Amino acid sequence: MTFWDKLMNIDRRWVYLCIGIVVIIPAIIPFKVPVSTTLEVERIYDFVESCEAGDYIYLGIDYDPSTLAELDPMTYAILNHAFSKDVNVITACLSQFGPAMAELRLTEVAQQYGKESGKDYCFLGYRPYPAITILSMGLDFQVTFPLDYYGVPVDSLEIMQGIRNLQDVKGVISLTAGNVADFWITYGNGRFGFPLALGVTGVMGADYYQYLQSGQIFGLIPGIKGAAEYEVLSGFETTGLRSIPYQTLSHGVILLFIIISNIGYFASKRKKRT
Amino acid sequence: MEFETIIWHGLAAFLTLCIFTFLYKDNPFYKFAERLVAGVAAGYWTMLVFHKLFVDKVYHTMATGQYAYIIPILLGIGMWTRFSKKHSWISRYSIAFYIGISTGVSIPVYMYTYIFRQISATIIPFTSISNVLVVIFVLCALFYFFFSKAHTGAFNIVSKIGIYTLMIGFGAGFGLTVMGRVALLVQRILFLKDYVREVAAFIGG
Repeated sequence: MTFWDKLMNIDRRWVYLCIGIVVIIPAIIPFKVPVSTTLEVERIYDFVESCEAGDYIYLGIDYDPSTLAELDPMTYAILNHAFSKDVNVITACLSQFGPAMAELRLTEVAQQYGKESGKDYCFLGYRPYPAITILSMGLDFQVTFPLDYYGVPVDSLEIMQGIRNLQDVKGVISLTAGNVADFWITYGNGRFGFPLALGVTGVMGADYYQYLQSGQIFGLIPGIKGAAEYEVLSGFETTGLRSIPYQTLSHGVILLFIIISNIGYFASKRKKRT
Repeated sequence: MEFETIIWHGLAAFLTLCIFTFLYKDNPFYKFAERLVAGVAAGYWTMLVFHKLFVDKVYHTMATGQYAYIIPILLGIGMWTRFSKKHSWISRYSIAFYIGISTGVSIPVYMYTYIFRQISATIIPFTSISNVLVVIFVLCALFYFFFSKAHTGAFNIVSKIGIYTLMIGFGAGFGLTVMGRVALLVQRILFLKDYVREVAAFIGG
């Protein structure tokens, strides 16, 4: 067996080990990597920036702990940005394992700005079947959520006095890790036409650029890189920017493996031919 | 940092390491962590559905005199008759109602969202290079799936451009997927790093 043949049959655990070692380096020797911003993320930042005190936005924390690595930084950055401008934030969770996690994030940031539940923000909680929930919220919040997450009647909340449904908010931002994003596009923007932006996981990112181009969403935050961009724009740094040095090194190693394996593939193919 | 938090974070760190052991090979630590997740998730989901569907939409509505909800409640009960051979015909009314509503609501918005809006986004003036590329590559990619004409000669070139367009799309998807998977690993590494600091700070007083 030649060197190239051995390379082509390398045990995948060596690859894991290399990635593992590389990922630990920035933890021991911290360094920073500059992050450039893109138009699709800037649009969401500009939207929140354009909100005035007392304006309403709907932030859908539509993910669960399995994808918090990518979506948590977006949640923290957007909530910090919105609360710092005294924007009223209405939130709900359309992911079944997400409500408790979403409530923790929301109250954590709200407490930093002295915001009160029911007055400056509200957490409506969880309802199953995202499509039906979105359609219902497009008509009336109180029908969908008679009570908020804490069991308080939604019609008694101070924050809900000025609005009735999703068409009354300035815009909707959904941070999601599954087909909830499709439901927001179809049953939210498609049915009611309100401005919609999405924050999605890296895996989903490439699939949603077409909606950006068609104007069905006005902004897109794709994965951890998008989250880091929002952090750069808003100045609220969490794990998004912290992750970028790790990402840079890991991607470098993966690129190296791809190049080496391709060289190995072509070299062994050439040898067989000769 | 409180002692209780250290314990809970310690449990999370232990379970993270249990899951990571699968990278070497399947083992009892991984199995334990995996089954714990499955069990907790099933229990959490059951109680969530009970409280958010049954309590809120059945018990609460009836207790507060919103009797219009009796119609969906009866339709819901009708679904359960599928478990009885004798009474399963009742469920057809519930299913018919559900399919009728779903189809009526879905078809127009799906047509609008996925067909009309996407086509109109492709009918664009040739005022920039990206607009020209969008039109050319969309047509070529669509032609790749046109099987009524043999892909030879000029058609072969168009078809080839189509497949390269798809490959570029897959490549972009793969790149973002790598980023996503690495992000999951990095988040856990950051968590473990912060946990070690917490413990060190707790011990150091």
